[in-house]
Amino acid sequence: MTKLLSVNNLSVHFSSGRGIVKAVDQISYDLNAGETLGIVGESGCGKSVSALSLLRLIPNPPGQIVSGEILFEGRDLLKASKEEICDIRGNKIAMIFQEPMTSLNPVLTIGHQVREPLLVHKRMGKKQAAAEAIKALKKVHIPDSDRRFAEYPHQFSGGMRQRTMVAMGLTCAPKIIIADEPTTALDVTIQAQLLRLMKQLTTETGAALILITHNLGIIARYADRVNVMYAGRIVEKASAADLYKSPKHPYTIGLMASVPKLDQDVKTRLHPIEGQPPDLADMPQGCAFHPRCRYRVEKCCVKSPQLRIVSHDHEIACWIDV
Amino acid sequence: MNKKNTELSISTGKPNVRRKSLVFDVLSHKMALVGVLIIVSLLCMAVFAPFLAPHNPNDQDLYRVLEGPTWEHLLGTDDVGRDLLSRVIFGARISLIIGIISTFISALLGSMLGLIAGYKGGMADMVIMRITDTFMCLPVMVMLLVIVTVLGPGVENIIIAISVLTWTTFARIMRGQVLSVRESPYIEAAHADGASELRIMFKNILPNAISPIIVAVSIMLGRHIMLESIATFLGLGVQPPTPTWGKALRVGYSYLEIVPLYSIAPGLMITLAVLGFNFLGDGLRDALDPRLRGEGDKLPEAAL
Amino acid sequence: MSNKKNNNLLEVRAVSKFFPVHGGFIFKRKLGDIKAVDCVSFHIKKGETLGLVGESGCGKTTMGRLILNLDEPTRGTILFDGKDITHPGKKENRALKRQMQVIFQDPFGSLNPRMTVREIVGQPLIIHRMTAGKSEYMQKIDHLLEIVGLNPGMADRYPHEFSGGQRQRIGIARAISLKPRFIVCDEPVSALDVSIQAQIINLLEKLQEDFGLTYLFIAHDLAVVRHISDRIAVMYLGNIVEVANRADLYNHPCHPYTRGLLSAVPIPDPSVETKRKQFIISGEVPGLMNPPEGCKFHPRCPRAIPICHEQSPLLLEQGDASHWAACHNA
Repeated sequence: MTKLLSVNNLSVHFSSGRGIVKAVDQISYDLNAGETLGIVGESGCGKSVSALSLLRLIPNPPGQIVSGEILFEGRDLLKASKEEICDIRGNKIAMIFQEPMTSLNPVLTIGHQVREPLLVHKRMGKKQAAAEAIKALKKVHIPDSDRRFAEYPHQFSGGMRQRTMVAMGLTCAPKIIIADEPTTALDVTIQAQLLRLMKQLTTETGAALILITHNLGIIARYADRVNVMYAGRIVEKASAADLYKSPKHPYTIGLMASVPKLDQDVKTRLHPIEGQPPDLADMPQGCAFHPRCRYRVEKCCVKSPQLRIVSHDHEIACWIDV
Repeated sequence: MNKKNTELSISTGKPNVRRKSLVFDVLSHKMALVGVLIIVSLLCMAVFAPFLAPHNPNDQDLYRVLEGPTWEHLLGTDDVGRDLLSRVIFGARISLIIGIISTFISALLGSMLGLIAGYKGGMADMVIMRITDTFMCLPVMVMLLVIVTVLGPGVENIIIAISVLTWTTFARIMRGQVLSVRESPYIEAAHADGASELRIMFKNILPNAISPIIVAVSIMLGRHIMLESIATFLGLGVQPPTPTWGKALRVGYSYLEIVPLYSIAPGLMITLAVLGFNFLGDGLRDALDPRLRGEGDKLPEAAL
Repeated sequence: MSNKKNNNLLEVRAVSKFFPVHGGFIFKRKLGDIKAVDCVSFHIKKGETLGLVGESGCGKTTMGRLILNLDEPTRGTILFDGKDITHPGKKENRALKRQMQVIFQDPFGSLNPRMTVREIVGQPLIIHRMTAGKSEYMQKIDHLLEIVGLNPGMADRYPHEFSGGQRQRIGIARAISLKPRFIVCDEPVSALDVSIQAQIINLLEKLQEDFGLTYLFIAHDLAVVRHISDRIAVMYLGNIVEVANRADLYNHPCHPYTRGLLSAVPIPDPSVETKRKQFIISGEVPGLMNPPEGCKFHPRCPRAIPICHEQSPLLLEQGDASHWAACHNA
């Protein structure tokens, strides 16, 4: 397994009217070539912000990448020049966003938008880029792609728009694709189609996929390894199989117990996690999860735990062993 | 009932945002603070005029006509020997009264029509909007003069004239707000509660639609004062010997070379009043806007 | 109408809702109808929870609104506790609000931002004159807030000061304030975080136990619907395609759409996932303006046979009583 991306001690802070919000707090992880890394967490956990920072898309102000390094192809993306980052965006690292309604420009044709990365990064001629774009649309199973090429986003359905985004992402054969909640706004059957397509294409091209979602089911089906995030930090890292077989962090355990599963016995009552996610501008001292944790001890209220290895390829940020 | 069930997770979570009062928000806005100070000063001037003015504004001293500033008459005297300072101070009363009353009548009339049009839709909306359009086509200045001429002089008539010409702004703002608020889920919830139409309009929709109106009121106050000045400047409206800023501005115009303060002093007062209200309007808009961020309320500044 | 020994609290009979679409430049002509709900029939027994699932455009939300009288059906009848409530008069409508209530999907939009929690929860009480004086009013509201798990001390705060889960609790408090018998839950947990969803689901279940409520639970999340419902109806493009009780629907789905839907929901367990057989539905949901001829699902159906192109299938019992499906080739 070759290491493709290495994120070390990344921190992203936002300044708000109520103080500094540590949206991402000292996270570190690696991404290997060809694998699918799932980043799972609820709203406010920092998963989207961490993805945006890989491509330095954090709006500044109010956000700022305050520390860390992102190593990709031998250099630190955080120290790269503007040209270097623009060269990487859409080319070596592509991103697919959540909202298919708003992430496509409504006044430009589909074709125009799909071939844009080719024109910019591969310096292709317009005709050649158009042909490649049509091929890309075919690959994502958009019917009548030669005709659809000249249509506008509002003529496409939500599912088709997302597939167009996938096509756009893949045109330059990137090494990494970041998909930030790509299916949240879509119907279940369309979700399934899209995810299957993405997985298939990444397997074909050998690209690595970072799949960000709050849906534990999607992670189980498509991810190889998983990072669980809570309040800006990674609280558990494991392979997908391991995570579901034996989750070790109280948050992960709680999350698994609170989700109704399609195949479980219905008599079981759900076991929700008590309380609310923390206010990022007003974090509790010590471990961010401790106010809601049923296993907490005194140490948890004082000091914030770091990630430590509990078994092969399985790390958690917790003081105790559940 | 039953024990406090842990399954129910009693939420004792702290509220996310401490709700600061609107007044606090406005006052912490620097420009608004300046505006408030200006307006309060002017209001005090109007209310306490009898105590502040050194002379009776109507006392004529024909031996001291058109004099420059002296210790006795700090701003000088006008063409019939009246103390300018006193006339400016007392002028605040009429100008502010006209401005404030006409604005409130205009706002009330316009808001009610806009509320009905926006909520009812259909025929009512069409009729009200056509009436609004008609009134909006009238050139304000010209019609102001026409109406005042027709109705005759007097404070009440000026107020009526101004109100009749400016309510359309409020109607449009309110209607736009109501149209967007009407579609909100919480209005549907009110329907599901069984609320009557009146309750929905006044208790549910109105509080959510009112903020741009508040901002508009503060800005229109300044504008109305100016309108009064224009009417009186052009010779209509309030009758002598009642002092108003507009009147003083007009008469003083003829004596600009001799006693420039005759025009400049009231002119400055009008400017101050308009500025004060505009600053306050800015402050209100900013104070209300972030509060509304995420709740769908956008201020249609174009309508102003 | 004779009072048959009927245990149904709600009955929907052949209800349709069409939205006319007009076009044309100068002379507006009717282009057609959007058949949001097309000849739908079902019933809900007292005390049970009927889940209503489907994807966008299936008509489940419209169905909810028709039942609540927030919209009038184009055709058909709706019966509540044996009485026809399809076209109620003003007074009757008001009285119905005390028996049928709703919990909305959007915890951020369904609470009036300008009203305090007390005012929001208390509005139904005031409208229907359910309290005698101020102190009774305050007491009732405090009590309601406690039932849903909120601190009564927060009653004078505004919605934006609460989190999503808390706001949903406020919405629930409002819904139960009139002590209704029936509640339409329109996607009550879809907009909430996963860990909060479970809290609200548990709350809804507890309230049903304590107050003997009957629910129509509208959602698109099949796992949640399965957990809370006794029976489930699956909708597609305005039609009900399958109705069955919980266990039957998930273990022995008949309609191809149901099977595809179940297959599309990922189960949070890789060991189960890898063994699952996938039943794949291709294509997109067609527009509501011109639905396909015959069975509306046939263009996407992997089991379509010639008759599906021509004739729309009826909802028929599938061997097992109380399991119905509308398919020629189930």
